[in-house]
Amino acid sequence: MSYEFLLATAIGVLVAGGIYLALRARTFQVVLGLTLISYAVNLFLFASGRLVLNRPPIWDAAKGGAVSAYTDPLPQALVLTAIVITFGMTAFMVILSLRSFLETGSDHVDGEAVPCDAQDGLADGLADGEGAAP
Amino acid sequence: MAIAMTLLTLALLPFVAALAIALLHGAPRIVHLGIAGAASAAGLALLASLAAPALGGDTPFARWDWVPSLGLDLTLMVDPLGWMFGLLILGIGLLVVIFGHSYLHENEDTGRFFASLMLFQGAMLGIVIAGNVLLLLVFWELTSLASFLLIGFCQHKAEARQGARMALAVTGGGGLALIAGMVLLGLIAGSFDLTTILARGDMVRAAPLYPLMLGLILLGAFTKSAQFPFHFWLPHAMAAPTPVSAYLHSATMVKAGVFLLARLWPVLAGTELYTVTVTSVGLVTMIFGAGVALFRHDLKSILAYSTISQLGMLVMLLGFSREAAVLAAMLHILNHAAFKAALFMSAGIVEHETGTRDIRRLGGLAKAMPVTALIATLAAASMAGLPPLGGFISKELMLYETIAFSSPNAVWLLPALATVGATFSVAYSLRFAAHLFAGRPREAEPFARAHDPSPAMWASPALLTAFAVLLGLAPMWFAAPLVSAVTAAVTASAPAPVELGLWHGVNLALVLSASAVAVGAALLLQHRRLLAAWEAARLPDAGRLFECVLALADRRARKAMVAVHAPSLQRMLLASFAVTILLVIEGALTGGGVLTGARAGLPASLPAIAAWALLIAATAAVALGSRDRLRALIYVGVIGLVVSLAFAVLSAPDLALTQIAVEVVTVLLMLLALNLLPKRPPVLSSAPRKARDAAIAIAGGVLFGAIAWAMLTRDPGPSIAAFHLANAKPGGGGTNVVNVILVDFRAYDTLGEIIVLGIAGLGIFALLDTAGKGAAGARLRAWRADMPRSPERHPVMLVTASRIILPLTLMVGIYLFLRGHNQPGGGFIAALVVAVAFLVQYLAAGFDWSDARKPFGEHQLIGWGVLVAMATGLGAMAPGSPFLTSWFDYFSLPLIGKFELASAMLFDTGVFLTVLGAVMLALQELSHIAQATARPGGEEAP
Repeated sequence: MSYEFLLATAIGVLVAGGIYLALRARTFQVVLGLTLISYAVNLFLFASGRLVLNRPPIWDAAKGGAVSAYTDPLPQALVLTAIVITFGMTAFMVILSLRSFLETGSDHVDGEAVPCDAQDGLADGLADGEGAAP
Repeated sequence: MAIAMTLLTLALLPFVAALAIALLHGAPRIVHLGIAGAASAAGLALLASLAAPALGGDTPFARWDWVPSLGLDLTLMVDPLGWMFGLLILGIGLLVVIFGHSYLHENEDTGRFFASLMLFQGAMLGIVIAGNVLLLLVFWELTSLASFLLIGFCQHKAEARQGARMALAVTGGGGLALIAGMVLLGLIAGSFDLTTILARGDMVRAAPLYPLMLGLILLGAFTKSAQFPFHFWLPHAMAAPTPVSAYLHSATMVKAGVFLLARLWPVLAGTELYTVTVTSVGLVTMIFGAGVALFRHDLKSILAYSTISQLGMLVMLLGFSREAAVLAAMLHILNHAAFKAALFMSAGIVEHETGTRDIRRLGGLAKAMPVTALIATLAAASMAGLPPLGGFISKELMLYETIAFSSPNAVWLLPALATVGATFSVAYSLRFAAHLFAGRPREAEPFARAHDPSPAMWASPALLTAFAVLLGLAPMWFAAPLVSAVTAAVTASAPAPVELGLWHGVNLALVLSASAVAVGAALLLQHRRLLAAWEAARLPDAGRLFECVLALADRRARKAMVAVHAPSLQRMLLASFAVTILLVIEGALTGGGVLTGARAGLPASLPAIAAWALLIAATAAVALGSRDRLRALIYVGVIGLVVSLAFAVLSAPDLALTQIAVEVVTVLLMLLALNLLPKRPPVLSSAPRKARDAAIAIAGGVLFGAIAWAMLTRDPGPSIAAFHLANAKPGGGGTNVVNVILVDFRAYDTLGEIIVLGIAGLGIFALLDTAGKGAAGARLRAWRADMPRSPERHPVMLVTASRIILPLTLMVGIYLFLRGHNQPGGGFIAALVVAVAFLVQYLAAGFDWSDARKPFGEHQLIGWGVLVAMATGLGAMAPGSPFLTSWFDYFSLPLIGKFELASAMLFDTGVFLTVLGAVMLALQELSHIAQATARPGGEEAP
């Protein structure tokens, strides 16, 4: 097995889990789903510089400026900010869902006013703000 | 330059007045009246000072560049046509302001009224003195908006809102067509300057796009001037206060369309298409409006249809493409402005003093209000075209022109139809006066209340009626010089002497005019029978048709919107994922090629494979067991850990450090939020739904895994990595290329990123800071702990350890920050590490204890961070370098040795501060909220 295979399959699994969770009805699950998708996206972006072992982009006088001596630093710089921004986005979503839960007493993504989808058991457990029993 | 200043003052004065009135909204109403009246009077004086050059042929003109690239200049000019309209706008405006002051009740919002009125005055004045067609369009749109405000002045009345909306829809819609037409006109003529365009009439008329342009411009003019079949908004606009109707619907707004036709007459008129279209639309409108006016009962509605009819007559005259017809039209504009404004005001007085506008309930008012009766009857006589009033002269000229226009072709239909229109006009004018003031009162109640108003109220209509009379008695004095100059300006010809008088000898026009009066009077005698026949006919109402069409469009739009944009995140996300997956499949199927490329893989080590298996297992556990949320959170932490290990192995130490630090913060945040959220929600999705979602998820996972695989097994394209690697040390002064890229090469991106992060932090603050109020606050206070609590809230071990760790962690953070330019580290990572150090204190010792000892405010950190980063960038501009250019040099100090100072370091400080502030703000606020529920158990930490 190669690192390429491991990374590609990991990305695939993260995307699959992320999509499945993002399609759930509760805000917390959707947040988890988007977190998984964010991992996958960051890994994918990072992978666009291809996989290189033991050649970090730290300039070394001994190696000089030869490109082959280092991995591509640009995707890393982009992913670094992406990770931090991902945190900002996740934090905002978590707080948004918390506030919406406090405001409506429901942690359903579509709130209570949405016409009930017959397949969604929207009615249960919405009335009390306590959520389900611990 | 004096002329230029005069013109600019003239144009700006109403807007300044509108603004002043709006600002002094709470002042006594006399202040509003004073400002509006003074502005109108001053405008009138300025206009008078321009009379000699404007009418003498030396057009006052001034020009400033506005948007030269678009051909839009601020060009103002007062030619005779603009001067005459300006006189009407400002003169009648002044009278309306005086009248409106008496008309409005004590408790009405005079500030809003006069501010809107002055806004409208400015817009209207702008149309007539604009010397650039684009500038004209700006003012044109502004009149639509201002009239919307004025018609809908009585916001509490449904009919006022409807009328305002309808007027805006029709005139605004026409305005859109006009914009297209004017732009076409400008492109055809090669300039947007009005004077230039007017000089290129032949070129414009010969252009292949002329018919399209003409159609669009006429659409704009006809909607504004309420020509059939766009007339219906005008009667509905009568929901406006009567002073507004007197202003907008007699002399100004509705005349804008007529003005436009006159303004562009040298360019548009003369072709067969123009003549046939404009003449027939005008003729139909004239007869239609006059006929309907005969059967209306609301005084203002009668006047509205009468206005439609009179506007039709003006349009028809302009459509003849004859100079003499233009002259008749210009004279009639003066006449109509005088008598129609007077009539609207009279209708307002009658309503004000009797409480009704229904002509069927009134009658015999001459006894109760003789002054009003005299004023209104004279004005109505002018409208009917009776001698010796102004209306007689212009109506006779109109009839004469129809004969002259038709005689070469010996078509007698046109004069006959025009006479029919004139007959109806006589009938409704006489009805207005006779049914209102003559005979006996039809109902006792309104009559009993009726009395003449104070002179302040009847002064304005009296003055206008006097003018209407003088226009008939001494037309050579009052009208001829002006009308002659205006006609010359409209037709772009030399001024010719004009002969205006009541008596032109016995001719065909006089015969037609006399027969119109006779038949009109006869119609009035038979009014009851005609009315019965009219009501039996049940003709469709254009206004209602329009509402039906609108309602239909509204319903369709709503349906379409709900169909494509359901208010459900689940459905939207499903659609987004499904579409993305389908696009990828489509691309894969049509793109050809093979999945696996030629690039050789790196053989994976055994620990790597184990970590990979761990990640897959954790992901599966999160996805399938996510109902137990606490456990799911732990698995997410595992995934993050594996991801950061992957970064560490794959030559990305900076990413590994960032990921691990972010992971800690994220899990902390989610834990804090989960404290308040339900821990184990009920199962919501049915089995088929889960199966469907799983199928989509697996398809997506396979596809994106395949894309990643395809990318990873191919060699990358040419990269700009070489530049970054070669310049990091010599250009950026750092050996950590990733950090140099962040704070130097792509510092602009980073600046944007930290601002976004800061905004996210502030957004979180806004969301949580107000959570203590309303329904959310009630739920917070009612919240009870739903998890077993540790008996010891602040374990001594944890508290002590965290306090020992604090300085150590801070030191690590500073170390990471300082070495970041050369070794893995930097502002982002250091900020996260420092944030974790502080958050551990919150975790261990509790919110109150930590918050009280916190040495900084998070908001200030965010603000200072962004400011420092910006200032670093701006500092580079001082010596003339571009924004965010970096600078560095080496220094040496005793004991420490050689070290480096770089401006990028300062920038990184900004990054550090912002990230620290945003992260702290989010978590601190969240624990604060949790704290609100935990009271009254808020024990102090040990």
